[in-house]
Amino acid sequence: MVADIVFYLFATITVIAALGVVSVKNQVHSVLFLVLTFFTTSALFVLLGAEFLAAILIMVYMGAVAILFLFVVMMLDVEFSALKERAMQYLPMGIAVGVIILIELIVIITQVHIDHDAAGAVASDVPNTLELGRLLYTKYLLPFEIASVILLVALVGAIVLTYRERKRPKRQNIQKQMARTPEQSVELKKVASGEGAS
Amino acid sequence: MSEILQTILPIIHTFGEDLFGTLLWPLVWTVAKVVMLLAPVLFIVTYITLAERKIIGAMQVRPGPNRAGIFGVLLPLADALKLITKETIIPKHADLPVFFLAPTLTLAPALVVWAVVPFSPELVLADINIGLLFILAISSLGAYGVLMAGWASNSRYAFLGSMRSASQMISYEVSMGFTLIPVVMLTGSLNLVDVVEAQSDVWNIVPLLPLFVIYFISVVAETNRAPFDLPEAEAELVAGFITEYSAMSSGVFFMGEYANIVMVSFLGALMFLGGWLPPIGLLSFIPGLVWLGIKAGFLMFVFLWLRATFPRYRYDQLMRLGWKVFLPVSLFWIFLTGLMIHLFKA
Repeated sequence: MVADIVFYLFATITVIAALGVVSVKNQVHSVLFLVLTFFTTSALFVLLGAEFLAAILIMVYMGAVAILFLFVVMMLDVEFSALKERAMQYLPMGIAVGVIILIELIVIITQVHIDHDAAGAVASDVPNTLELGRLLYTKYLLPFEIASVILLVALVGAIVLTYRERKRPKRQNIQKQMARTPEQSVELKKVASGEGAS
Repeated sequence: MSEILQTILPIIHTFGEDLFGTLLWPLVWTVAKVVMLLAPVLFIVTYITLAERKIIGAMQVRPGPNRAGIFGVLLPLADALKLITKETIIPKHADLPVFFLAPTLTLAPALVVWAVVPFSPELVLADINIGLLFILAISSLGAYGVLMAGWASNSRYAFLGSMRSASQMISYEVSMGFTLIPVVMLTGSLNLVDVVEAQSDVWNIVPLLPLFVIYFISVVAETNRAPFDLPEAEAELVAGFITEYSAMSSGVFFMGEYANIVMVSFLGALMFLGGWLPPIGLLSFIPGLVWLGIKAGFLMFVFLWLRATFPRYRYDQLMRLGWKVFLPVSLFWIFLTGLMIHLFKA
């Protein structure tokens, strides 16, 4: 009973926050609602007994991805009314994406049957962190490695795209700094009055 | 300790069920446990502020605060009273909900993580299997309070300060997380009680000394303490993201900072210094709680010691240390630990 109450509490907050993401005007508030959605979703994961997924959801999505969103959105001072005028021309595209996701969800919910008593299922007293790790490094090792290489490629790609070499790099060279002596860096000049230093 | 608990607990439970009924009692009991946990934590948080001023005073050969009560013991209470009674000034174009949510979001994670911190094998509020992941996940939320504070204040100084502070926290969270992974590898569990029990032969600091050093420096940077207190570099940024906050709302930020210091000190003691285990078996007549207190207290003392000793880092130096020194070294140690475990277990 308690679990039901907790579930409906978090599910309600999730739905309201998700609606907030797409409906509020201020884009920073929108990202903050997204963060709240992530948080309550991870609470729902805990209720399912998937505590590892919950912790990773918070660490990766809230601790890294959403903070980057927040950084970008806070720094950009975009005039959103200008963007909204052209929003209508993207409507067919948006509806198409929405319909596809809806169909996929319906297919998953109606067709896929999760068999809790299947032979592959493990006892619930085994920590799911352990079991996930075991599966990832044995049965799904190749997909796991491929996924990580793809992420690495994306990382390198992002660096290459944004890297911009300066003509005169202003890098600090510690060795060079330490090797400086007063004789090299300071020059004393006798300046006659009324003439100025050259 | 455990025998006393086992005799007392049933008595409390029957008494409580009589008083509140079987339906309400679990709720009341949980709240009571949370209060029993947080009251000492908040007491330490209150008095570490006094300890800071006294210790730094002693290091700089001056008496430190000594007016309120004997040796200034009433000073934290006086400070609290001052913060509560002062006027809260709100910037004109501040985003009010976010402005007041920000200090709360800094303090809340620092208190929530105590739920999984064990003080002895029995004394833990929630003995969950992913204790360490829980701590890392919840404490990664601290950056939100900082970012929201800077943005909602609608001030350039506050905003730049929060950007610096948040990127500093994120950068050092990475190296802090990586220094804890070898500990988990040695233990084979994310449960904090298991981590401590696995150190009964030798504390983790012995095989992992360099990692302990990196861990400590990283948490000093992550809690925005001197010599990495760039967010509060007064000369450049006024008071960083706290600039526009006044009275208790800025007090809550400071409580969050000190609660984080206490938390990472306890975490360091649990992960590297053997938690409640005595250094030699002969000394096991002293309760484990005292040992844990001594170890965590020493780490807190080092936090204050550093503040009295080192000048502030420059921002680019801070980033270089985090990403170009700590990250590769801790990654290499993860690899090395794996290799060692493989060689010695075989």
